[in-house]
Amino acid sequence: MERSKPIQVALIGNPNTGKTSLFNQLTGLNQKVGNYPGVTVDKKQGICKLLNNQTAIITDLPGTYSINPTSVDESIVLKSLLTTEDENYPDVIVVVADIENLKRNLFLFSQVKDLEIPIILAINMADQLDRKGISIDVETLQKELKTETILISARKNGGIDKVKTAIVNCVEISKAHPLCSLNHKIDEDYFERLKEVSENHTLYELWLMVTQNNLPDSLSEIEKQKLLEFRQDVSKLKRYQHKETIHRYQQINEILKRTYIVDRSKAKDLRAKLDRVFTHKIFGYVIFFGILLLIFQSIFDWASAPMDFIDSAFANLSTLIKGELAPGVLTNLIADGIIPGIGGVVIFIPQIAILFLFVAILEETGYMSRVVFLMDKIMRRYGMSGKSVIPLISGTACAIPAVMATRTISGWKERLITILVTPFTTCSARLPVYAILISLVIPDKKLLGYFSLQGFTLLCLYALGFATAIVSAFLLHKIIKVKSTSFFVAEMPNYKIPSFKNIVFNVIEKTKAFVFGAGKIILAISIVLWFLASNGPASYKNAEKNIVENSVNFNISAEELQHKIAASKLENSYIGIMGKTIEPAIKPLGYDWKIGIALISSFAAREVFVGTLATIYSVESGSDNTSTIKEKMRVEVNPETGKKTFTLPVGMSLLIFYAFAMQCVGTLAVVKRETKSWKWPLAQLFGMGILAYVAAFVTFTIFS
Amino acid sequence: MNTIATLRIGETGIISEESLDVIPLKLLEMGCLPGTEVELLQIAPLKDPLYICVNGSHLAIRKEMAAQIKIIKN
Repeated sequence: MERSKPIQVALIGNPNTGKTSLFNQLTGLNQKVGNYPGVTVDKKQGICKLLNNQTAIITDLPGTYSINPTSVDESIVLKSLLTTEDENYPDVIVVVADIENLKRNLFLFSQVKDLEIPIILAINMADQLDRKGISIDVETLQKELKTETILISARKNGGIDKVKTAIVNCVEISKAHPLCSLNHKIDEDYFERLKEVSENHTLYELWLMVTQNNLPDSLSEIEKQKLLEFRQDVSKLKRYQHKETIHRYQQINEILKRTYIVDRSKAKDLRAKLDRVFTHKIFGYVIFFGILLLIFQSIFDWASAPMDFIDSAFANLSTLIKGELAPGVLTNLIADGIIPGIGGVVIFIPQIAILFLFVAILEETGYMSRVVFLMDKIMRRYGMSGKSVIPLISGTACAIPAVMATRTISGWKERLITILVTPFTTCSARLPVYAILISLVIPDKKLLGYFSLQGFTLLCLYALGFATAIVSAFLLHKIIKVKSTSFFVAEMPNYKIPSFKNIVFNVIEKTKAFVFGAGKIILAISIVLWFLASNGPASYKNAEKNIVENSVNFNISAEELQHKIAASKLENSYIGIMGKTIEPAIKPLGYDWKIGIALISSFAAREVFVGTLATIYSVESGSDNTSTIKEKMRVEVNPETGKKTFTLPVGMSLLIFYAFAMQCVGTLAVVKRETKSWKWPLAQLFGMGILAYVAAFVTFTIFS
Repeated sequence: MNTIATLRIGETGIISEESLDVIPLKLLEMGCLPGTEVELLQIAPLKDPLYICVNGSHLAIRKEMAAQIKIIKN
């Protein structure tokens, strides 16, 4: 039978089963990542050419242990399976199971099977049967499960063609049979009544709608009312869910008894040996901190060359465009607004890609779960969870993916605290600000004849970021009263050698998500800033004329004149006026209106600080072409005091301000999405802002 | 009274039927069921969480949870 439409296939499985490996094998690089409506969960889809020239659209659903959801990611799985009118509603489901945890994997399978959608079971890691001492009778298993069952080894490309064939065959079967009968052993009468509610849905679908309170629009109002009646006794629902789980496991145990044998003596247990090392009370922590040091070292070391390259490439591109295109508003918008805006995003790709590379390797190998295990008790004292470690590490590259990574934390309070404190960790956007300020105000001396004082200052700022995150977590833990009923459970997967393909795909996918997610916001703000900096009221339009008139009697070079015009224009632009407006407020911190502009523009992204100051200070240094931003800042003089602007007190005050302040629209937006409320991002904005202000004021006073 | 939290490393026990009500659904679904054998594999350096193996699942759970799950020691 030829189908004109592609076959919709959904991949479902526990985490760590190699589901993603199978997805990568089936689709190759024909993948795209979209978003599920309303939530920021990545929707991974790919196109697969089947053997008889048919195509299948494969959707890789988030990994889950059950279709009863406990997190945003898991609720996607349930939704995808209950929304029959969705364009991606599966024609065929492929459940991916891992040979070692077959029992638990079959539990999920048994739930999905009861939805009566055509289904295939793919048992992964078949190449490890001997090594694990497992023997399996696929023929019998297939009969017992009433499902085509295929042994695959996704990493080695084994059995992939069989899966493709099975997808084609499976589509022909219009109706699948349920595996577990819900009614008999639990409460026959109850489930008979439930079944009578709707003819268009299977009993298990109706049961899920009741337990999950998920009533699709396809139901009529009467049906909805009837289902709601079943929800009235919640404790009964809970009891029946427990019974259902036990019932399913009993049935699976019966089936596996006849088909699946593990010879423990043959199994070489590398896991236990590695666990003893990685969770050791001393070596465990030593190894973890060693890995952390390696990650930080790489983020700064390996990334600096490509970042410098990107930086100069975009600067050159701007210059080139200004030279090539006819001068005008559009050219300015491209050269001064859009290109630096894109550059401001692209420059973070090297650091973020390296960080994601490490996180992917640590997760693929199974090591990350050991870190969670090691750190849970420590983190809990501060109101967080062992699972908060990953976001806090990710935060050193960028808080945006870090906030998204908190989804694995099941307790809402623990997750919320992690989200709130993550922006304190020193993200890479702070780095250029720190670098330039440190080199300006901290003397280039050696401590104890060896350590660079400048390097030491940078280290202190990183430590300050982490310490503040921890202390504020502790305070929030005491302050926030949120009822949180969920509890902590983490699977400790077996150790695996990471698959190169999976890691590369993972890094590309996450980096892309960052560039297009955060990038849009940063780019938009950059354009707004450009507009504010290059437009203004009447005084702005007259700036050029005034400067030219006033300069007539002085003997200055054409270049110097241009600089003066630019400076005057900036002062009279909208953003200059904004800087002047906030000047009284920031004066106690030691800042003038020009720094004020940089502070305002930093709300797009912190690193904009350097670029903004570069524009502002393109003044007194005059005809000297060689001067860099740093030189310009060094010679900048405060017209009121006649002293240099960037003294030690001002520099220190700025460093502290940037360490604490929440100057990142992207993070605020993602926190809003993840917490589904403006309350928390606003709390972050003001809480961190006030802290930054006070701390900067104290710092300025101490150093003056 | 024995619970998972009173096990020593390497010891096993059978989860008692009366624990059914205290075990959260998610933990049940991951294989931590009454009537099955549970082994304590590791204890984290600060005595919490516990690393157990039950029904072939390797899981880390917190001590407060483990202390609620009654077992019959083998």
